[in-house]
Amino acid sequence: MTRTLAALLLIIGGLVASGVAAVPVDDAGVAHVLDRLAYGPRPGDVARLRTQGVAAWIEAQLHPERIDDTALDARLARFTTLTLDSRTIAQDYERPAIAERRARQRSQRTDGPPDRTPNEPAMDGPRPAPSAAQQKNRLVLAELGQAKILRAVYSERQLEAVLTDFWFNHFNVFAGKGPTRTYVTEYERDVIRPHVFGRFRDLLGATAKSPAMLFYLDNWENADPAAAERLGRAREARRRNAEAPARPPRGLNENYARELLELHTLGVDAGYTQQDVVAVARAFTGWTMRPREGTGFLFAAGLHDRAAKTVLGQTLPAGRGIEDGEQVLDLLAAHPSTARFIARKLAIRFVGDTPPAALVDRAAARFLATKGDLREVVRIIVTSPEFFAADVLHAKLKTPFEFVVSALRAASADVVNAGPLVRALRELGMPPYFCQPPTGYDDTAASWAASGALVTRLNLATSLGDRTLAGVRLPATPGPDDTRALAIGAPAFQYR
Amino acid sequence: MTNRRVFLKSGGVALLSLGFAPSFLARTVEAAGTRRKLLIAVFQRGAVDGLNMVVPYGDAAYYAARPTIAIARPGRQGGALDLDGFFGLHPRMAPLMPWWQQGHLAIVHASGSPDATRSHFDAQDYMESGTPGVKSTRDGWLNRYLQGRHDGHPLQAVALTPQMPRALQGTAAALAVARLDDFSIRGDRATTATLESAYGTPAAGGLKGTAGEAFEAMRTLSSSLRGSYQPAASVSYPRTPFGQALQEIARLAKADVGLEIAFAESTQWDHHANEGGATGQIANRLDDFARGLAALAADLGDRMADTVILTMSEFGRAVAQNGSGGTDHGHGNAMFLIGGPVKGGHVYGRWPGLAPEARHEGRDLAITTDFRDVFAEVVVKHLGADRATASAVFPGYAVKDAAFLRLL
Repeated sequence: MTRTLAALLLIIGGLVASGVAAVPVDDAGVAHVLDRLAYGPRPGDVARLRTQGVAAWIEAQLHPERIDDTALDARLARFTTLTLDSRTIAQDYERPAIAERRARQRSQRTDGPPDRTPNEPAMDGPRPAPSAAQQKNRLVLAELGQAKILRAVYSERQLEAVLTDFWFNHFNVFAGKGPTRTYVTEYERDVIRPHVFGRFRDLLGATAKSPAMLFYLDNWENADPAAAERLGRAREARRRNAEAPARPPRGLNENYARELLELHTLGVDAGYTQQDVVAVARAFTGWTMRPREGTGFLFAAGLHDRAAKTVLGQTLPAGRGIEDGEQVLDLLAAHPSTARFIARKLAIRFVGDTPPAALVDRAAARFLATKGDLREVVRIIVTSPEFFAADVLHAKLKTPFEFVVSALRAASADVVNAGPLVRALRELGMPPYFCQPPTGYDDTAASWAASGALVTRLNLATSLGDRTLAGVRLPATPGPDDTRALAIGAPAFQYR
Repeated sequence: MTNRRVFLKSGGVALLSLGFAPSFLARTVEAAGTRRKLLIAVFQRGAVDGLNMVVPYGDAAYYAARPTIAIARPGRQGGALDLDGFFGLHPRMAPLMPWWQQGHLAIVHASGSPDATRSHFDAQDYMESGTPGVKSTRDGWLNRYLQGRHDGHPLQAVALTPQMPRALQGTAAALAVARLDDFSIRGDRATTATLESAYGTPAAGGLKGTAGEAFEAMRTLSSSLRGSYQPAASVSYPRTPFGQALQEIARLAKADVGLEIAFAESTQWDHHANEGGATGQIANRLDDFARGLAALAADLGDRMADTVILTMSEFGRAVAQNGSGGTDHGHGNAMFLIGGPVKGGHVYGRWPGLAPEARHEGRDLAITTDFRDVFAEVVVKHLGADRATASAVFPGYAVKDAAFLRLL
């Protein structure tokens, strides 16, 4: 055995030991890694990765806390709301805007439809200029949307950014539904991002108790129907107590229970029944919060249905409280259907719209074997032979978000104002934090291969080419500018 | 003139703003049948509460099940607008009443998918694929119609949405464009030409077809749509995404660019909490919905003689209100058909009743009309497809005249 071969075997052995299988090092393979685990290569990235070693780069990306991200931090430093908690946002940003809007309505109550649906644009007449309080309130989501773009473009923790987007979308909440907008900053920062390399059960539990999810899927109002009566009797005693909820919940609400089973864990075809949905809803009665006050999760024992329940054949004994919901989350997080559902969805994100069954099987097995260690599930997918298969390369249509961000990276763009880019995403049908249905945005080509959206992509490419894209500065480049437009507008650039 | 007087008397002041002569059908009787047929499909995503939209006020169980969100009987404050002595429209849907009174608005109640899923995603998928219970269907029902009947017009089928709706996905050419004014390439001619040829190569993959259709449609539109659009006199669309999408449909229809199938969607119907009744969330959404459709119908004017507007939603909502003043996912729902060819002024379908024992799984409005019977009747009798084409549009389903409700 030659020394080189021995060394090679040693390297391969080390890679296998660290879980990293056959990782190719040719330029196409390196670019593929950057297309899938990052938001596409910047000029020079492919060479840098070859120097560092693809396996080492992937390993580093799986541990983002070890990666210096000060360049991104500098770009985010001018934002003022990203670090605020929900309570502060509710008190200092939303409440003044609401108070002012009500005052304005009172002073000019003449006609027009009252209490319009949240986020529904004004229907008639010229829109009044936003007041200072409204502008300040709008800042919260404006900064969040811009920060999402900046993070995706400039963070060195690219895989973390990709997975934060993935898991936010998986546990989607819609910022346009009432006070959800005040919770989204905290939701992404404290509920989603810290768990993307953690255990699925922790992520699931954090979303279940987040004000964003509690409000968006209505569980904060989910109560034992008998609790309304109990509460009515208790209210007399508490009348003098100022802390009584303004509007007590009145009964069962299935919304969260159903989406928890269908979209968050088991998947729609896992065989659960309407009876299971109702039992899960009963298990989560009393999991609530105080909207508009920005309070966190609280378990209201008085609203909980304490009777026995049966969920997926498992009995939740009578007489308990918060343990009911916790047990349901335990049950769901450890369920083979959940392992499969999550494995497949991750494989669709990283590998292809119809991922190989063998890979999904292995990833699901890894999910179960590691008790839902998401770092290990991602690792097994992105280091698999299937991930590097020739027919996978460049076969995945970029979503609008992936297109916009990868274009900025490819062009070495200096984004001085990401506001116009947020608007571009709205035009492309993918406004950040404003996906209304709980399904989140689709991640397959069928949805995004639309003629209008393609034309918008080409126009974005063109405006990047001729330097007319608002808020974006480009480095001086040799040669004609339209080469950039042609590269970003090209068919190949629409795929990753 | 008699027509007009009756029309004005019955519809009241609301009619004055419609901006079209009520006898539009009589005046265009020669044109009808020779001009291009137009189908406008409207999807209410999120599962509209059909029982508060088309209110069965004659069914006592309705009021028993909904103590705080029911729409009152006609004649009371916030009461339903009476349709036939049993059903009434939600009061905020008054803009559509003239069409009912003229006999050009039909309703199919207790309709929907035979599949019992209460998943938004699956139920929308089934309704748009046209194959309830079958997930492997790759294309949508409207696309399968086009596969048999495409005439080469680049604008034959257009969704006014940023994403291609499932109903139009498939091998036949179809456009998805949110705003027509944004649908043109801004770059210089040489760049555009280079890009267009690049998208004509196999390297473009799945985008090749999309791009080809886009470039061809843009050429057609640039010569047909000039300047900004002015709706017909006194027609005003809601300034909402839905209203604006409908206005774009009218703009395309009037440009005579070969539009046969149009698709729009109305969102935010998933009212699990604080749904409201005569006022509140659902009222505001229905206001947008009804004003939008009424504006579109008025704006299309004479063209309504050859137009059918067909509305759908993935499933209905539970009969009883839930513990938060909202409604959870249910089963049967109501569909609207509006247009000259529609035999309106009638609520079609057998009413199964809302008494607990009559409900689907003890909780939801049962379904007595398969949505495919309504879709198929539109495909055959309005669009003029033959039985073979119609059968291909609804695979695994027997398209037969006997099942049609005869609403066209």
